[in-house]
Amino acid sequence: MIQIEYFLIVAAVMMFAGIFGFLTRRSTLAILLSIELMLNATDINFAVFNRLMYPAGHEGYFFSLFSIAISAAESAIAIAIMINIYRQMKDISIDKLQKLKW
Amino acid sequence: MDYSQFLYMREELSLLLVILILFVADLFMCPDKKSGKGVYNTALPVVLMSVLTIVNLLPCCGAQACEAFGGMYQYAPMMTIVKSVLNIGVILVFLMAHGWLSRPENKVKQGEFYIVTLFTLLGMYFMISSGHFLMFFIGLELASVPMCALIAFDKYRYESAEAGAKYILLALFSSALLLYGISFIYGGTGSLYFSQIGALLSGNSLLSLLGLTLFLAGMGFKISLVPFHLWTADTYEGAPTVVTSYLSVVSKGSAAFVLFTVLIKVFSVGQLFTDWNIGLFWIIIASITIANLFALRQKNLKRFMAFSAISQAGYLVLGAMGGTAQGMTAMVFYLLVYLVANFGAFAVINVVEQNSGKLGIADYNNLYQTNPKLAFLMTLCLFSLAGIPPFAGFFSKFFIFMAAFNAGFRLLVFIALVNTIISLYYYLLIVKAMYISPNDQPIPTFRSDNYSRAALIICLLGVVLLGIAGWVYNYIDTLSYGLDTIL
Repeated sequence: MIQIEYFLIVAAVMMFAGIFGFLTRRSTLAILLSIELMLNATDINFAVFNRLMYPAGHEGYFFSLFSIAISAAESAIAIAIMINIYRQMKDISIDKLQKLKW
Repeated sequence: MDYSQFLYMREELSLLLVILILFVADLFMCPDKKSGKGVYNTALPVVLMSVLTIVNLLPCCGAQACEAFGGMYQYAPMMTIVKSVLNIGVILVFLMAHGWLSRPENKVKQGEFYIVTLFTLLGMYFMISSGHFLMFFIGLELASVPMCALIAFDKYRYESAEAGAKYILLALFSSALLLYGISFIYGGTGSLYFSQIGALLSGNSLLSLLGLTLFLAGMGFKISLVPFHLWTADTYEGAPTVVTSYLSVVSKGSAAFVLFTVLIKVFSVGQLFTDWNIGLFWIIIASITIANLFALRQKNLKRFMAFSAISQAGYLVLGAMGGTAQGMTAMVFYLLVYLVANFGAFAVINVVEQNSGKLGIADYNNLYQTNPKLAFLMTLCLFSLAGIPPFAGFFSKFFIFMAAFNAGFRLLVFIALVNTIISLYYYLLIVKAMYISPNDQPIPTFRSDNYSRAALIICLLGVVLLGIAGWVYNYIDTLSYGLDTIL
């Protein structure tokens, strides 16, 4: 059986890849993808903790399910806002989101 | 299954009922095609919310502290008070929104505004009463996802969309961090129930510390405390003014209360208690000081209010230090007073923006000459925010400082006091602009609509009377709980 550490390492790598992407990508859609990567890393964490450490209950699985659903709702709203920006600026790069600052 | 436990959730269910009534009313009360006049007026949601608040506060159905659904939903009488304070905030938002919503581009969206706002309120209700991290997370997201839609509500104004994009990207980022923290708490304890985690968390394990840190970061984003505040000014400036006021008080206040309850329920074993106190100590100092320094250099009134709100959030969280019952009383009272004062200021900003389109601090020069009543009300609200004695803000700040002092954080109280004086300077800058600075073209005299007037009068009464009416504080005090007095 695969040790729990390997799963957690995969999740941690995904998490930090997501954070790195969030900080470095210039397109808002790529930023959104990075955030999905972070959310999926947490889902893996929940499922793994539930399966390998506390197999008696299903709390972790349910948490992953809910978090998948909620992150889908969030992406829907985020993309709607980006379409709105695109309609007015014809560009969704975050370099263009600079009208409001300091 | 025992269906009677749904009755414990009577506040949430009655709010859901209000939402359904408004939803159905929206179908039949759409704007008249010929005259284009909004038939669906502000009165209905305001009356419904007022009825809801009064029913919640009626002592006859005042419930005891209880649990439902195996502890996923927890109720304490204090939560009714907090929810009613939030209700008052929402009523004020609806009153203020009348002028903005009766504009031609928003007329068709009136119903949406009310329903989406109430859904965020429902999320805050669930977040406040949660007894399980899943409920907490769903409540948090229900409060923040529709909020993005509200911020981007002005569809044809670019700033609104940019503010919405900035808010939702950072909200998603912070909720991902928060979830990562919760997953480690689950890994360390095997439970997500607040009541069980408290006993299972071993005080000095690295997992629980990681969980605590990421939890503080996630909540710090919602309350916009300093290391996590960078979205605040941009979002506040771009969002419609009504939504800005909602963000700065209701969303912030509910999150601060939840931060308090979760910290004392979950993270108060052994070493962790010291850890979160140290964390909050630095966060509060940074919030109050840095926000004050940035507020000094703002030219736009909404940005200015954003930094003022960050600094006020620092004072609000000061009540959580030590997790005492007195701190909870002070925090809820501070929230109530901050609510009326901040909504008063925003109501003035809103009517001025609706009637003249001006938002710069320099535009307010000599407002007293043309609109003396508005200038006077704004002055009272700013004095209350700054904490000048006869007004309610002085008493709320005093109680907060007293609570933190009694909990043993004397240095923190001293730094906060020094910052109060700095904040006095920038609040008075606006008062100076309105009364003293000369202006060739002051904002012309105008009459605000009756709903905004009602909101202004409620805020005025609150600012003047809350400090004198001592029974409010005493009543909140009888219901509060903390680490020293568990209910």
